[in-house]
This record gives sequence, C-alpha cells and structure tokens, in this order.
Amino acid sequence: MANVSPAVPDTHPPVKPRGWYRRNEIALTPWLFLLPGVLFFAVYVIVPIFQSFYISLWEWNGLGDLHETGEYVGLANYERLLGGDRKFEVSFWNNIRWLVLYLLAIPAGLFIALFLNQTVTGIRLYKSLFFFPFVLSQVVVGLVFSWFYLPREGLLNAILGVFGAGGLNILGDPDLATYGIIAAGLWPQTAYCMILYLTGLNAVDPEQVEAARLDGAKGWRMLWYVILPQLKPATFIAFVVTIIGALRSFDLISVMTNGGPFGSTRVLSFYMFEEALSEFGFRMGYGSAIAVVLFLLMLIFITYFLWSMWREEKAARR
Amino acid sequence: MFPTPIQKRSAAAQATYKSLLPVALILWLLPLIAVMVFSIRPDADFTQGNYWGLPSSFDLIPNYSQVFFNSDMPRYLWNSVLITLPTVAGAVALSAMTGFALGVYRFKGNLLIFFMFIAGNFVPFQILMVPVRDLTVDVGLYDTKTGLILFHIAFQTGFCTLFMRNFIRALPYPLIEAARVEGVAEWRIFLYVVLPLMKPALAALSVLIFTFIWNDYFWAVVLTQGPDAQPVTAGITAFNSQFRAAYHLMSAGSIVAALPPVLIFFLMQKHFIAGLTLGAVK
Repeated sequence: MANVSPAVPDTHPPVKPRGWYRRNEIALTPWLFLLPGVLFFAVYVIVPIFQSFYISLWEWNGLGDLHETGEYVGLANYERLLGGDRKFEVSFWNNIRWLVLYLLAIPAGLFIALFLNQTVTGIRLYKSLFFFPFVLSQVVVGLVFSWFYLPREGLLNAILGVFGAGGLNILGDPDLATYGIIAAGLWPQTAYCMILYLTGLNAVDPEQVEAARLDGAKGWRMLWYVILPQLKPATFIAFVVTIIGALRSFDLISVMTNGGPFGSTRVLSFYMFEEALSEFGFRMGYGSAIAVVLFLLMLIFITYFLWSMWREEKAARR
Repeated sequence: MFPTPIQKRSAAAQATYKSLLPVALILWLLPLIAVMVFSIRPDADFTQGNYWGLPSSFDLIPNYSQVFFNSDMPRYLWNSVLITLPTVAGAVALSAMTGFALGVYRFKGNLLIFFMFIAGNFVPFQILMVPVRDLTVDVGLYDTKTGLILFHIAFQTGFCTLFMRNFIRALPYPLIEAARVEGVAEWRIFLYVVLPLMKPALAALSVLIFTFIWNDYFWAVVLTQGPDAQPVTAGITAFNSQFRAAYHLMSAGSIVAALPPVLIFFLMQKHFIAGLTLGAVK
C-alpha cells in the first residue's frame, strides 16, 4: 500500500524533492489522526481500569495521595468481600437476577416488533411511540415507575383495586422491590430490542419467505426456521446491549429505592458507589475491590462479544 | 414480508388489528400517561385523595410555570445544554478522525486499537469511577462542567469510533485512491473527500450522543455537586426534595427534564434509528 505506482504513465512534471513528512505521509497520517482520540481514551478509560485494580489493594479514604494517606493491605479487601460480606452477597445475587430477567427484553422486543411489522395507516407513529420510552433518561423512567407503584396514589394499585386486589407496596417490600425495578428497566430495554428487530425484519429476504411459504411453512415454524436465522445480527446486538444494560443498572436503583428496603435492592454497581462515596467516609479501596469483581463478571461477556466481533472482522478481511 | 401482511387476511382480522393497536399503545405507555395526568392536576386533588378521578381543574400552566419560575430547574436545564453540546462536538470530532485512521489505513495494530475502543466502551462505569474522580479532583475540575465534558468526550469516543470506522469502511475506496493519485494530501482527503460523505453518520451520532449525555446520571453525581454544574438528571433529585410529595409539580418537573431528548428524537427520528440499529442488518 505504501508505494502505489500510478497505473497510467506519469505525465506530471518531475516532482521536486519531497520532505521527510511527505515521503512517509501514508504511514504517519493514521497515527496523527489517532493521537487525540487514543490519548483521551487512554487517560480516561484504559488507564483507570488498571488503577482501580491497584487501588483495590489499598485502604484509602480518597483524600490526598494514595501512597501517603493510604495503607497497603494486599488482598485483604477481597478476603473481606468474599468472606461473608452480607451486602456483597445480596448485591451479587441481585445482579444475577437482573442478568437473567433483563434478557426477557429480547423476546418481548421481538414480539412487539412482529406485532407492529405491518403497513397500515399511522403505523410509523405507532412504532415511534412504542420506541419512545428508550429516549427517556433512566432517572425519569425510575421516577415514573416509582409513582406508578405508589401504594395510595399509584395507578397500578388503582387498577388492581378495580379487580379487588391492590394495596401492593412493591418498592417497600424487600421480596418484591428488585423485581419492580427490573420491570421498570425492561420497559425502555424492550423498546430498544423492538427497534433492532423492526430494522432486522425490514431486511428479511422476501424471496426466502415466499419460497418457505410455498413449501408450507407457517407461523412458528416459519419464524423459527426462516426468520430468526436471518435476524441473527439483530439478536446479537440485542443480546450485547441487554447484558451491558443489566450490569450497568445503577440509575434506576438509586432513584427508585436507593438500595432499600433494608438493602434488598442493592447490586454491585450500587454497592460500590455506596462504599466509595458513603456518608460514613470514603472507602475507595473497598469500593474498587467491588468494582473489580463487577468488572470480572462483565469481562466474561465482553470477551465473548469481542471474540464474536473479531471473528467477523477476520471473515470480512477476505 | 413476515408476519403475513394484514391486508391479506379477513376483514374481521383487519378490524381487530386496527382496534388492538391503540389499546396496546395505551397499555404500553400507561405509566407515562399517569405522570402526564398528574402534571396537570391541581394540588387540591391530591389533598382530597382524588388521584384518578377527573381533575377538578386543568392546571397545566400554573404547574409548569412553577417549574420554570420557582425552582432551580432552568439552571439545571441550561447546565445540561452546556455539558451536552460540547460533548457532542468533541466526541464526534475525535471519532471522525480515529474512524478515518482505522477505516482507511492498513497498518500494524489497526485492529488492536479498534478493539481497544470497543472493549473500553463495554466496561462498567464503576471500574473507572475512583481513578476518574481522583484525576478530576487533582486537576481542579471537580464540580465543574468542564470536568464532566472531558470525561464524556473520552468515554463516548469509544462507541463513536466503532460507528465511524464501520461507516467509513463502507465508503467506496477507489474515491480515496483516485484522490491520492492526484497527489492530494492525506489530511485534505479527510477534509474534502471523506468528511462530506460522512454527513449521515455525523448526524446519527450527534443525535445519539446528545441523548446519551443528556440522560447521564451516574457521572453527574460522581463528578459534580451543586446547581452550578449539575445537569438536570441530577438536579431533578434536588427539585423533588424541594417539592416533596407535591406529585403534580414533581411530575411536571420530570416531564420538562425529559423533553429535550424526546424532541430531538421526534425531529431527527431517521438519523436516531439509523444510529441505534447500526449493525442490526448485514
């Protein structure tokens, strides 16, 4: 690539001797273009990951310099964390609940996408209004749902009341609160998966569908054997964003229950924040240890995502 | 097309479908509709326990003017604007360059750098929190908009690079080669050949990043504190403690806070969805 000789005879006047930069232009340019972006990204994203690992080996209140005000404790933070910290256990299992239940957004999104994939008047407006919860910030979604759940003023209990049930205080009940928050999170997430599938459905090959129809495929069998394989890229992205979203859950918990009642809705991301910036003094080392555990949990998925994308890149490179 | 177009089904099925659509939509948006109804109720309705009956009066204007003239809300909104717009500009500019470098040139480490951007984009915020907060305090940018903007630009560059690089990859490469044969300098190729072709990507990313940053809450609480620098997502908590239990005002407040990205979405829907569904179709 570096020395492309023109295919046509060079009719330009003889080139003046060129400077060092001009001669190496093609090799240098990408690095010059990368420099600002890579620098920013390294300082704010890549390096901090390693710093967090390092800080997690210390006990430190975050004031002043780590090496002066902190105390090196080795793996003590992890020993405490894994050796029976109740809050950590609750948070960890809640994370697993989030992961599993959040995945419901994928089939739910597919279902709505199939429902809306028609051409009737006004369908475009319907599609955007169904998608619309995704545009709201998680803080607003959290507020909207916590008011929806209110035992006295909330619409949910008003509706349940019509059927003779009601009086449910979802966010006040330690057994229900996490599920209530996950349901709130599923609302925008389902909308996101829906739009991915709508786009995917748009690109489904009509000839294949017709051919399958002639072969007598219908309904579920058609969906499973003909449509879903073609939706694979959409499913992959839906899976990535849903897993990441589940493990990033913080805003909703912070807004809806602030970890309560009795700490039953904590997840690792929230617990970490609480420890690191708690009102009883900052515990940066312990917080970082929690963050590292969360990071390792996420790394399982990140590795899988990157591996899939890497394979595709290699395939695309001919 | 799948499922079978409804036009090919019986008239009864068509009628059912068309009447089901609005019902489904109302059910889907029910929590939001509830908040909208709350936001136009007068205070008296709440004290009398009239939560779901007809509002005793239509108080849209008094409630919303409270939000705008009797609270810090406008300040928070303005902060959000001042944080979001520079971030959009910065992240899009940086990633247009990185995307160009990774999409056009072949060099050792290309794919590695590209995957570093993708990987960084997936990490949990918490693993960055302590060091980033520390760095921001050290350089004296804690509780400033600049501190927040710098971090956001850096973090969003990851996602934006993924987007830009894939977009540039899909551009016709001979165009760039032709320019090279003509002896056009590489930076001019970027500016005059590639950049004009990237307009759809620039628009899509701008809309997306606007929404992401406007809606950010975590970094707003980690890196800022008071009404001087906090964006509206964090400010809404302060707003809600000012009007504790005044559901009509809190509802109005959160609707106002949510409005800008909603407007952007409806105005630039095509770009927004194009950005979000990148890669959903091969």
